[in-house]
Parts: sequence; C-alpha cells; structure tokens
Amino acid sequence: MAIISTGFQASASLPRWFTPAALVGSFSVALAVFTLARTPSEGGTSLVGVGFVGFALYLLTVAIVSRLVEGRRKAADRLITSLVTAAFALAVIPLVSLAWTVVTNGIARLDADFFSMSMRNVVGPGGGALHAIVGTLELTLIASLISVPVGIMTAIYLVEYGRGKLARAVTFFVDVMTGIPSIVAGLFAFTLFLVLLGPAAAINGFAGSIALSVLMIPVVVRATEEMLKIVPNELREASYALGVPKWLTIVKVVIPTALAGIATGVIIAIARVIGETAPLLLAAGFTTSMNYNPFSDKMMTLPVFVFTSFANQGIDTQSYLDRSWAGALTLMLIVMILNLFARLISKFLSPKGA
Amino acid sequence: MAKRIELKSIDVYYGKFKAVEDISMVIEPRAITAFIGPSGCGKSTLIRTLNRMHEVIPGAYVEGELLMDGENIYSDDVDPVKVRRQVGMVFQRPNPFPTMSIKDNVISGYKLNNNKMSKSDADDLVERALKGANLWNEVKDRLERPGSSLSGGQQQRLCIARAIAVEPDVILMDEPTSALDPISTAAIEDMAVELKEKFTVVIVTHNMQQASRISDMTAFFNIAGTGLPGKLIEYDKTEKIFSNPAQQQTEDYVSGRFG
Ligand SMILES: Nc1ncnc2c1ncn2[C@@H]1O[C@H](COP(=O)(O)OP(=O)(O)O)[C@@H](O)[C@H]1O
Ligand SMILES: [Mg+2]
Repeated sequence: MAIISTGFQASASLPRWFTPAALVGSFSVALAVFTLARTPSEGGTSLVGVGFVGFALYLLTVAIVSRLVEGRRKAADRLITSLVTAAFALAVIPLVSLAWTVVTNGIARLDADFFSMSMRNVVGPGGGALHAIVGTLELTLIASLISVPVGIMTAIYLVEYGRGKLARAVTFFVDVMTGIPSIVAGLFAFTLFLVLLGPAAAINGFAGSIALSVLMIPVVVRATEEMLKIVPNELREASYALGVPKWLTIVKVVIPTALAGIATGVIIAIARVIGETAPLLLAAGFTTSMNYNPFSDKMMTLPVFVFTSFANQGIDTQSYLDRSWAGALTLMLIVMILNLFARLISKFLSPKGA
Repeated sequence: MAKRIELKSIDVYYGKFKAVEDISMVIEPRAITAFIGPSGCGKSTLIRTLNRMHEVIPGAYVEGELLMDGENIYSDDVDPVKVRRQVGMVFQRPNPFPTMSIKDNVISGYKLNNNKMSKSDADDLVERALKGANLWNEVKDRLERPGSSLSGGQQQRLCIARAIAVEPDVILMDEPTSALDPISTAAIEDMAVELKEKFTVVIVTHNMQQASRISDMTAFFNIAGTGLPGKLIEYDKTEKIFSNPAQQQTEDYVSGRFG
C-alpha cells in the first residue's frame, strides 16, 4: 500500500524559469564559442552554426538536468517537446522570413497611385498596378465561374452516381489533370485560341481564364469529392426513407451537409490559381494599359506584373523593383483575404452541432 | 391507413449473394410484429425490402411478391419513391439531419420534397408528431435548436417523429433502441405501443424482453451457417413463440441458448 501511494506522489519538478534559462544559457555559450573561435578571415559569426550548437547544448542540458531531478518519464517528455517545438520553429522560419521580406520591400509603393493607375506611358517612378489587379480579379472570377460548377458536378457524379468504366475514366482524367504542369495548361489555352481566333486575337483574358480553369477544375473536383464522401450514408438513407428522390436528396441533404467543406475547398482552389504566372504569360499576355474587357486584347495580371517588372527593369531600376514587390504584396494580401473568407464561410456554414 | 403486408416467396440478394430465402408471411395491420434472430440472419435485409430501401445498395435486388393491401410494391410500374412515402423507417443509429433545426427535422419529409405548407399547419404538424413520439415536452421550448443538439434517445424519438409526420401506413424500426440507454428505450417502447393504434409496426430487435413486452406477433429467423441465406423458422403469436414454440431452434434461441 505504501509503495503504491509513493508511486502516485508528484516527483520533484524543475522550476518554471528552467526552460527559458536553459535556452538563454545554451545559446549564449554557443554564441560565445563561435565568436571566440572564428578566424578573422571568415568574417561574421555563423548564425546557423550558433543555432545548431545552441539547440544541441540545450537538449543536452535539459536531458541531463531533468533526468537527475525529475526522473526518466519527465525527461523524455521534455526532450520530445523540445524537438517538436524546434521542428515547428524550423517550418515557420521560412514562412515568416518570406512574409517579412515581401512586406518590407512591398510597403514602399503600396500607395493610392498603385491602386488607381496603370503603367501606360510610365517609364520611371509612379504608375500603378490597377490594370493588373483588375485583370487578376476578372480572370480568376471567370475561371471560378467555369471551374466551380464543372468541378462540383463532376464530383457529385463521381460520388453519387459514378459506377463502372465511365467513372473510372473520369477519375483517371482528373488525376492526370491534377498533374498537368501549369505551363502546359497555358500552352493548351494559347493554342486553342490560336486555332479558334487566329494569331491576331489569340491572346486575351478569356484564354487566360481557360488556362486557369484547366488547373482549377481538378482541385475543385478533389476537394468536393472528399467532402461528399464524408457525408454519412445514413443521412442519404434517412432521406430516401422519407420518400425523397435521389436528386432532391443530393441537392437538399448531401450538399448542404458538405457545403462548408466545399466552399473552403473552392476558395483554396482559387488561392491556388490566383498566383499562377506562366500560363497567363502565354495565354493572357501582358500589357501596360487598362483593359476591362476579358474577351479582347491582352490583359495584365498581378503575377505577370510582378514578373515583368522584375524581369524588364527599365533605366530607373528601383521604381520597377518597388512596383514588383508591391505587386507581390498585393497578391499575398488577396490570398490572405481569401483564406480569411474560407474560414468565415466554414464557420457559418458548418452544420451546427451539440 | 395501417396496411396489411403479405410476403410471397421473397428472396433477397446482394449481387450474387442470396442473403434471405423464400420468406412468406403476413404482417397484420394495427399490430407490432417483431423480427428476432441471431446476427447476420437477414433481419435488416428483410425489413429493408418492405420499403424498397434494399435496392439503394448497388447490385442489390429482390425476387418475389410483396403485397400491401393487395398491391404488389415490386411490380414494374411501382415507383419506389412513392412506396417509401407510405412506409416510414427508423434506423439503428439516430440520424437527424445535422443542417436542420428540430422543427425542420420533423417536417423534413415535406420540406425535402418541396411540399409547401402554411406556417400554422407546419406548427400543428410539428406539435402532433413530437407528441406522437413522446418528445414534445422535452423540446417544445427549443424547436429552433439543431437536431443534433439532443441526446441520443431524444434524437431517436426525433427520427420517429420525422417518420410519423409524413403519415405513412407502415412504420419500420431496425433495432431502434440498441444504441440507447434503458430510460430512452422504455420511452420508445411505450411509444411503439401507441403507434400501433394507427400504423402497421414492424420492429427488429436483439432484445428478447423487448420483443415479448411489446410485440403481438414474432418472427424468428435463422441461418444454417455463414454464407447461407437466412430463413424464416417460425412465425406466430408472441406468447406462443416465447412460451411454447413449435421449433426446437426457436426454443433454443428464445431461452438464450445461442445468438
Ligand atoms: N450491403 C451489403 N452487401 C453485401 N452483403 C450484405 C450487406 N449488408 C448485409 N449483408 C449480408 O447479408 C446478411 C444479412 O445481414 P443483415 O440483414 O444485416 O443481418 P441482421 O440484421 O439479421 O444482423 C449477412 O450475411 C451480411 O453479411
Ligand atoms: Mg441488423
């Protein structure tokens, strides 16, 4: 009895300040070692080296101290927690660094002009990306108007009706489409319109939308398929048992139940294609002027704007670079807004439970 | 209301596999008929043939005749959707529609079929159906809450309310209480007894006491072995089945010697 009760008693535990103290200590030691040991020819202290050695020191300290004070189970717990946290930090570093670079470089030109002017007749500073923003929004909207119905209906066919050869063939083609490199989608749209409209009119906004649709449809199909599959079969049967025909069951039970997931999937698909550059460069071309009409003439889009500003820096190099970064930042903001939207939608549309 | 069901040499298949063989029996209106038997003997399969739900499974089909008040529901010109409007069904696991409120769940048979009704008619119907399912008092103050916010037993009664709201002739229940606690089970048993005033009630149950407590007629099914079709072994008044069955197998099963 006595033995059992001691087994449940809390063993000694390290104070709360131990972790931060160990971290600071380990990294200071690592920094000191690297600073002292470096030869003058090497220049600055290697931060990567400090990171590695500091972290190794920290793990060692934690493992030993915790093993001595707290026992094996807690030492293992601390070790794994540290490793998992480190892995997470490692994954987040590039993300934060990327966001930081885009924001610091892009903020300079994120002004009123940027959102109200095109690049027509601009060679130096000034100008804006309104033509590209309009182009991106219009093209993505058209691509969504095409891809979302086609994608959702294909998924409904596959999940609710598809049996046998045809369904297998459709699944196969969706798989193949998922793997199409985006430049090939661009080439496809470009050649299609070349054949249809001739070389003079082949490049236009709509061709760009078609290229984006080719990339977007398989993503929408896959996302919708997954969502429809997790609608419990019991709900379909409950509906049939009430004498509701199959198509009404799909429209009024299956889709509403899966709607939040489908909407999220659609928005993620949009976010996926909105940053496509290569296919748009081919199919929608690029221009410095405003063009609100997606059905005729070349149309600028944000990714292409970023690319061309960077690739063809004029005499006033800095202005072009600034505009390029501002374009990238705008694109990032649009994607962030889309993601926010996806979250709100899934929050409001999800079936409300207990 | 309350139709008499006559099965004439019914065979039920899942593709090539014959799950149930040669069932002939008469299910009386305004009575509770219980299906009992060991797992896998085809009780669920058979009860699902009574509202043509069996054939929603790919490759599944039924042979034989099934007459409801003399009309064969398996004849070629019968629309299975229409049959299901006359034969309500309650499943083993409660399955209210998660996107609908309690109230909308009750009238879902109308809403899903796009049948319009006035608000007062809808309110009356909701109250009547929920009272019929012994659920009204528990939910009358929260009809707009989601159906999935109820407890398991309440959800099952909500599903029963949903089934009786469309005013079918027959109610089928496949182990409706097997996922529920004893109190919810008692509530549903009481309700089943009330339902037989108006409907033909068929209930599948694993619970001998339940069958003997509430049913008027009992059908005992069995299989000779795995992979073989289930058969109707004995069908008689419940009292007879439980006190003095004609078949040895029935005797063994109801006395708990196997199953
Ligand atoms: N969807 C299905 N596909 C193929 N076989 C099935 C299916 N459902 C049930 N079966 C088979 O049919 C037989 C009867 O099953 P079931 O009617 O569920 O029995 P019970 O309800 O009496 O336990 C079993 O052998 C079972 O494996
Ligand atoms: Mg069963």
